[in-house]
Amino acid sequence: MYSLYANVIAGGVLIGIVYALIALGLTIMFGVMRVVNFAHGELVVLGMYIGYLLWLSLDITPVMAVPLSAIIMFCVGYVLQIGLINRFIRRPHHAQFILFIGLALIITGIHMLVFGPDARSIADPSSFETYEVFGLRLDAVRLYGAAVALVMIALLLLFLRYSSTGSAIRAAADNQTGAQAIGLRVNRLYAVTAGIGVACAGVAGTLISPIFDTQPYLAGELTLLAFIIVIIGGMGSLMGALVGGILIGVSESVAALLINPAMKAMFSYGLMILVLLLRPQGLFGVKQR
Amino acid sequence: MNTRFSRRSLIKSAGAATVMSALPMRFSWANNHPTKVGVILPTSGVLAFPGQASRRGVEFAGMINKERNGPAMELIYADTESKAENGRVAAEKLIREGCSVLIGCWDTGATISAAQACEAAKVPLVINIASAPQITEQGFTQIFRNFTPATQLVSNAVQRIRELAAKTDDPPKTATVLYVNDTFGQSALKAMQAEWAKQNLPIEILDTIGYDVRAKDLSVEVAKAKATGAELLLPITRVNDAIMIVREMVKQGYNPKAIIGPGSPGPYEKAFTDALGKYGDDYMVCVPWLNVKNPRAVELAKRFEAMDSKNRFELNVGFSYEAVDIVADALRRAKSNDAAAIHAALKTTDIKDHVMWGGPIQFNEKGQNPNIGVALLQNQNSEPTVVGPAEAAVAEVVYPMRPFNER
Repeated sequence: MYSLYANVIAGGVLIGIVYALIALGLTIMFGVMRVVNFAHGELVVLGMYIGYLLWLSLDITPVMAVPLSAIIMFCVGYVLQIGLINRFIRRPHHAQFILFIGLALIITGIHMLVFGPDARSIADPSSFETYEVFGLRLDAVRLYGAAVALVMIALLLLFLRYSSTGSAIRAAADNQTGAQAIGLRVNRLYAVTAGIGVACAGVAGTLISPIFDTQPYLAGELTLLAFIIVIIGGMGSLMGALVGGILIGVSESVAALLINPAMKAMFSYGLMILVLLLRPQGLFGVKQR
Repeated sequence: MNTRFSRRSLIKSAGAATVMSALPMRFSWANNHPTKVGVILPTSGVLAFPGQASRRGVEFAGMINKERNGPAMELIYADTESKAENGRVAAEKLIREGCSVLIGCWDTGATISAAQACEAAKVPLVINIASAPQITEQGFTQIFRNFTPATQLVSNAVQRIRELAAKTDDPPKTATVLYVNDTFGQSALKAMQAEWAKQNLPIEILDTIGYDVRAKDLSVEVAKAKATGAELLLPITRVNDAIMIVREMVKQGYNPKAIIGPGSPGPYEKAFTDALGKYGDDYMVCVPWLNVKNPRAVELAKRFEAMDSKNRFELNVGFSYEAVDIVADALRRAKSNDAAAIHAALKTTDIKDHVMWGGPIQFNEKGQNPNIGVALLQNQNSEPTVVGPAEAAVAEVVYPMRPFNER
């Protein structure tokens, strides 16, 4: 019985770290630009299709495809921001909401047109491998996914803290007017932020493509998942996204074990409501005065 | 008597001749108009795999019907998008477009909602696939189901499992059920539990583990099943879930003596064997299947598979093919495009030579064909192979299942 719980919790932690990367993309865009990306799940699915296509056509495993996926998705995010989202930054929230919903529908439609509705699975030998670590049987693709996700999260934190662009992004997030006043090109910084946010979503998608079958209809669930994690962790908090992701990964797995697998999603929503009631700003969020 | 041939008599005769010759012409002219046959299937969404396979079966049957100079049919398709409520919407749309008979709808929810629309419009619905028992228990008069209800499917499946256990020196003593938590999964589970008790199988069911139909990940569910230590795993699944379950079993090193799906979709589909390769072998499932002892059926299946290497003539294709055959047979006998005439002809259907294994296609007072056989299939070298019952088998069963890490 110990082995069962230990394996389930370990699996939950690993997938939770990848969930955290999904949520990170959402929270960084909100934290800097105060824009809520309702098309986030669709961008994760786009990353899944990139992982699938690279495996199918060039026999590249999803983990090895991460750098290419990151570059492609960064460009997607950068272009979207410069070309479209920047025009909506100062518009009312409902206009931004409609924009992103429209974007979500367009992306899903493109997925359907290009790939069709069928679920695509990556039948790579690594999809069937496991490692024995201290008596735990760890799923290889989850282990790789979590490791890469942790590296990306660490790189992002280092980038934001120690690089000049990262400092500029944090300045723009704290005070947009002040940032402009000292000569920072805020629109360009927003584009870099969007590129990073979308790259996080896309890389997370590439990492989960061997775990979950890729299909257009997964997007809505992933958007919801990202929102739950961000609300629990705190909007705009990177540490909150990491902790929230792991919490959700573990809680879903444990709920499936203890209660009923058919109701595991209910647990995540319950946890979100509890946090909203007891600490509305999230576990690591800043209270609004 | 005046026998003189006059202009008046000539005109009268000509008029009578015109009327007489027009009668059969008007009748055959009516038959030259193709009958609009609506086809409702889930060709997108979570059920897209089997929905598209079913559509290929319908298209193939349409092509064969034309080759054989069968009744002219215009097949009009509607997609339910795997949503139950769209069954009714699709049926109403097709009926408005002039369809006198419908075929569909694969999943139980959509089938019941389409049946409601057909009942209101008095248009017959030939059900290609949908197994929930309640479909024929709600008093619908317009439905004709050529598929095994879950209760019968499960009853036959339990019988196949009993036969298998009796044949071996090392029968399984315990079992765990993994089932998809939707209308189909729940009704199949209930039917199986009832049948298990009724047939008094000497295999104890240790646990029943349900999972959400949209589940992306079944690692916890498989871990729970493995923890029961059951020697027999009984998955009630669809194809995507079956792939996920086996993948997790390989990863978690769960090697029961056998995996037998008691009447659920998945393991016989090409998507399953393509995704899993050698790991998909030895998986058994009890489902209605092609009559491999009928040369015409085997020939048709080979022809279908030769058309596209991605095709397999599995039960979605087979029963959808038969649905079109049933409609063509009814149209031939009704000699009319009228829905009521087609309905009357469907009630007296009696097709002896057909592609799926079982007795003649006939419909009882509830619209159910009671003569469909259920075979025990096992994936051998990535091909679903009939291994039971004895009169239908073409190969020996592999039991116990080979451990995944030894393949």
